[in-house]
Amino acid sequence: MPLNRPHLLGIEDLEPAEIELILKTAESFREISARPIKKVPALRGKTVINLFFEPSTRTRSSFEIAAKRLSADTINFSASTSSASKGETLLDTAKNLQSMAPDALVIRHSASGTPLVLSKHLKTVVINAGDGMHEHPTQALLDMLTIREHKKRLKGLKVAIIGDILHSRVARSNIYGLTKMGARVWLCGPSTLMPGQFRQFGVKLTWDLREALENADVAMMLRIQQERQQENFFPSVKEYFDLFGLDRQKLRVAKPDVLVMHPGPINRGVEISSDVADGEFSVILEQVTNGIAVRMALLYLLLLPGASTKVVWE
Amino acid sequence: MGVNQTLFRGAHIVDPASRWDGPGELLVRNGKVAELKRRIAVGEDCEVIHAAGLILTPGLIDMHVHLREPGREDEETIESGCRSAVAGGFTGVACMPNTEPVNDSETVTRFILEKARAAALAHVYPVGAISRGSNGEKLAEIGEMAKAGARAVSDDGQPVMNAQLMRRAMEYASMLDIPVIDHCEDRNLAGDGCMNEGEASIRLGLKGIHCCAEDVQVARDIILAEVTGARVHIAHLSSARSLELVSRAKEKSIPITCEVTPHHFSLADEDIPDYDPNFKMNPPLRNRQDVRSLLAGLADRSVDAIASDHAPHNPNEKMLDFQSAPFGVLGLETTLPLAITYLIRKKVIGWGRLVELLSSGPARILGLPGKGSLKLGCDADITVIDPRPAWKIEGARFQSRSRNTPFEGWKVYGRCAGTMVAGRWVFRSFKGIERWRD
Repeated sequence: MPLNRPHLLGIEDLEPAEIELILKTAESFREISARPIKKVPALRGKTVINLFFEPSTRTRSSFEIAAKRLSADTINFSASTSSASKGETLLDTAKNLQSMAPDALVIRHSASGTPLVLSKHLKTVVINAGDGMHEHPTQALLDMLTIREHKKRLKGLKVAIIGDILHSRVARSNIYGLTKMGARVWLCGPSTLMPGQFRQFGVKLTWDLREALENADVAMMLRIQQERQQENFFPSVKEYFDLFGLDRQKLRVAKPDVLVMHPGPINRGVEISSDVADGEFSVILEQVTNGIAVRMALLYLLLLPGASTKVVWE
Repeated sequence: MGVNQTLFRGAHIVDPASRWDGPGELLVRNGKVAELKRRIAVGEDCEVIHAAGLILTPGLIDMHVHLREPGREDEETIESGCRSAVAGGFTGVACMPNTEPVNDSETVTRFILEKARAAALAHVYPVGAISRGSNGEKLAEIGEMAKAGARAVSDDGQPVMNAQLMRRAMEYASMLDIPVIDHCEDRNLAGDGCMNEGEASIRLGLKGIHCCAEDVQVARDIILAEVTGARVHIAHLSSARSLELVSRAKEKSIPITCEVTPHHFSLADEDIPDYDPNFKMNPPLRNRQDVRSLLAGLADRSVDAIASDHAPHNPNEKMLDFQSAPFGVLGLETTLPLAITYLIRKKVIGWGRLVELLSSGPARILGLPGKGSLKLGCDADITVIDPRPAWKIEGARFQSRSRNTPFEGWKVYGRCAGTMVAGRWVFRSFKGIERWRD
């Protein structure tokens, strides 16, 4: 089955079968990055524009490498968010880019909804690379790919997502994806950063890190931004780490083969201790590797809509 | 000498002040209501308006609009705003002071009244600022503004955080017998939110404004109203809890009134489509439960007025992303059809109650003698309503200079067929006229 949509705007509206297709395709692409010549001609002649209105190293590089390994031409277009205050509207930006006839636009913006709004005005494929506090679908897909690589399944797993849930697009996309795939999702964070309305997504909420980690198959830590302290969401980094930071001691209640994940960049000693981040349970760097496979799969499925799941090269 | 008598025949007349809700005939002479009876004989040199199938009400008054002049004439002017008002059935509007410069002096108040007189369409009732520049620090010259014609004071759009200033404003305004209108919003609680805080904001990933930001200020104002005895009016009340607070205060006879906007009684936060900034206003669209409470309040008299909070914005600004776009939506030309469609046709209220909410209520709150009624001697400010036609709201057809409506493309019922101010037609889309000489 093909991916039946023109854009990837979020996980919320994906069918489980579509997630399955993307993960399967990504699994078959993983091997390309292990070759001595890491390039296949699948997207030769296609142009991918990375349109980033927000600073990003990892996601932007990952998309660029993914496109290049499929032989697409990539252009990085870093726009300052202040263009809005200068009077340039989203619509202007969209129309200008449309005129350059790209095949795909990979968009990151600090304003929630930007990829959706732009997709309404573009014939080009739009891929959401993170919009405000809304969604970060490729992160959730690479997280699911990583979990499945280790656990061989998603269904029935206990996944604890821990930290600043309120402001996290990674949390939202993972909640949608993991619940669709049958995982049991627990959210944990300070009450100020985890409003009760998250219950609408069919997840469990707890303020007790121990309860979240108990028998967990996955501990997914979220980056905590220092400025949240200034906004009185929590009193100090020290107390935050004490109550919600992950260290070896707290991890003991989890399953013996627990996976520790983090979308990066990590704050050592804030949400995660160094020994856990660098320890035997951590798959943080594998997540980065898998990010390339997932983004290759998406570019492939969205830019070659007729393509089959079974990818055979030469 | 022209005709100075007009007789309305065949209309259904709704005037709660005269306890009239049925067929009747209305005679207008020299800009005043001369007679309201079952049958009136045609006098000498009288214009007869055949208004069968139409509804006649005292002129509607929108007690909360932004006319943008002086300062943002690209968005609206007093003239275009008045044109929009009369097309929407309003014979009077109260304009908020958040212009550039702010209406915090008799000079600006007089300027607004001058412009309104020149436009010669709807009556304009200026609302003066509570504080100089509406910056919440020093009391504005409220007495001079009131003398110049300001009918109320408010720092609408710039909520008064300083309770002491609010208390002084109330004490001062009660001496002048004008109401204090408050945009209730605790700025610290509201933060940089852009929509209602709830399930929808969590799903959309937009920063929320919890309704408690409104509720705590409503509670404060109720306490201050009780302490000062001032007439306090809550602007664009949007939450169930605020309404409950107001209802309870009314039971204790605290002099408090409130208004509700059409968007708050017809839309909820979950209705915001695709991050469309035309659905961004302050207070934000609340949840379904709040909408239900507001509808109940409109019916059970805990709400005193419907006001549009007509807030024109330049289309370029409304093309920004949801978080960056300014707050505010148009209302003057959609209020009446939305009220007919969502209140009358859905049997939430009847015509008599609608006239209270859109005419006699605002007239009472603003203290406008001779308005909001068709009693003998009242000003002949009359709205003629055709309740039947089904039509589609199209921003491009608005008289307003702006287009920012969340109701674009909505199918609604009923519209203003004619608007008369002091016996003179200022808007009219129906015929049925005949000269008569007995």
